[in-house]
Amino acid sequence: MPKILILLFLIVGCSKNKHALIIQNKGSDTLVNLAQAWAEEYKKVKPEVAIAVSGGGSGTGIAALINGTVDIANSSRAMKEEERAEARKNNGKEINEFIVGMDALAVFVHPKNPLAGLTLEEIACIYGEGGKCVYWHDVRGTVVPGCQENKIIRVSRQSNSGTYQYFREAVLGKKHDLKLGSMDLNGSRESIDLVEKTPCAIGYSGMGYLNPNVKSLCVSKELNAPCIQPNLESAMKKTYPISRELYMYTAGTVSKEVQDYMNWTQSEAAKVITIKAGYVPAPKR
Amino acid sequence: MEIVKTQTQVTASDWRHKKHNRPIGEKLIEFGIKAAGFSSIVLILAIFIFILKESYPFLVGAFDFKEFFTSTEWYPASVVKIRYGILALLVGTILVTVISMLIAVPLGLACAFYISEFCSPNLREIYKILIEFLAAIPSVVWGFIAIMMINPLLINVFNVPIGLNILNASLILALMSLPLIVSVGEDALRAVPESYREAAEALGATKWEVATRVLLPAAKNGLMASALLGVGRALGETMAVLMATGHSIQIPKSIFEPGRTLTATIAAELGESPKGGEHYQALFAIGLVLFILSFIVNVTADYFIRGRRK
Repeated sequence: MPKILILLFLIVGCSKNKHALIIQNKGSDTLVNLAQAWAEEYKKVKPEVAIAVSGGGSGTGIAALINGTVDIANSSRAMKEEERAEARKNNGKEINEFIVGMDALAVFVHPKNPLAGLTLEEIACIYGEGGKCVYWHDVRGTVVPGCQENKIIRVSRQSNSGTYQYFREAVLGKKHDLKLGSMDLNGSRESIDLVEKTPCAIGYSGMGYLNPNVKSLCVSKELNAPCIQPNLESAMKKTYPISRELYMYTAGTVSKEVQDYMNWTQSEAAKVITIKAGYVPAPKR
Repeated sequence: MEIVKTQTQVTASDWRHKKHNRPIGEKLIEFGIKAAGFSSIVLILAIFIFILKESYPFLVGAFDFKEFFTSTEWYPASVVKIRYGILALLVGTILVTVISMLIAVPLGLACAFYISEFCSPNLREIYKILIEFLAAIPSVVWGFIAIMMINPLLINVFNVPIGLNILNASLILALMSLPLIVSVGEDALRAVPESYREAAEALGATKWEVATRVLLPAAKNGLMASALLGVGRALGETMAVLMATGHSIQIPKSIFEPGRTLTATIAAELGESPKGGEHYQALFAIGLVLFILSFIVNVTADYFIRGRRK
């Protein structure tokens, strides 16, 4: 559940060290599993530092960073210029950006759906405002067995989630909206569950949430371009058309402990955890 | 004559007004009880003022009465044009509440009658425990039941494209408000004095006649209250309806189409809208609408019950 705060109070060994430092880390629900896995691993590296990870959404994390209530904000979208300006105005601090991983937004359908792949234009036709694809036969003449009326059931996310906003931008560009009437669920987990149980449905989520009960589609930029499945390699090389960076942000000059943690997240050890958690490590810069 | 005058009996009300004569402990207790009584009024007022305060900048700013109540376009994060129309959400809330009550009230009251009047004392205890157990299931779990179980069931039984719809949400809400309706309804029936039943039975009434002709009119207000509590539960539920309705912005053309409710919109979007932003304030304006809606329901119900009593 994204709304449930996942708090990890990793207080060390019956407080041998009474001044255990707690780093507050909040934000994106897409990133929360990774941030948590890192926090657990980091406990082994530096037992005296505890990292409290919570979700709530990219916007929440960024707002908390601007208000100065967290040390690190997780975000599945890049911070907007207005938000940086607000932070500067609020506490005079410059925002530091860390790319901590890559994520591919997988587009998936029910396993009974015979469709293998879609172009970005077809996805826009299904999801975009003014798009004409209402029935599955509007998309490459698909007929989905078990789907009544052959109607497309669009599964989406609530309109202020980072995943929704990135999907909209990647598929429709900066100046278009998604069509109303989609099922706007409030978590990637729920999207997958619904598509798994509904033959007519199509949905999207971060690649880490995919499971074998739904069929992930390959996506191509145009009709004749190669159709690419979302996976570790295609996300890292950015050949998959709907892949994005995942960020962590800190404000101003941070304490040594926070800086050490941020450096550690860029290390090889952290990358092993990234892959284990189902995410894609950030490419070397 | 004058002597008689001075010897007038001290009535209870006279005594009550002579506050200075009473011990300090009693005064404190009276004050405590008064404060507790007033606290609920203060709380309600405080909530109302809080909601109003948070939504105020929106109400005097981007708020457009006509758009807000007559447009179905709820686009709080649009990149083209931000629009705040709650008509579809309002219709969703009303539909889901009404249909769930059409299911839950007859079922719940019948159940209350059965438990209170018709079943054996041993069975009664078992039933009561089972029904109260329904109330202990968290609403997120109900939501998952809606997605994982009722959704495929409705797809197969009714041959519809999607099983997350108004019917699904109404079923879930009916099940969720059932324990409340049953236990309050049962209490209302139990509260009817035993002498009523005995008198009716002595006149040769059958059990059915006792239930419908004697108990129903006698416990009417209590039963009404139980139904209203159910309405309140249905109107205010968030997480389960969020998942069961499909959370889709449109006016459903049938009970097999997805919809969205006011409460679910707040629940889904408040967490990620920056505090103090326009979207945040608009969500509080929805809260205000909900507040007024439940206020109207309560006042009408109260009026209705009082009117009947006179």
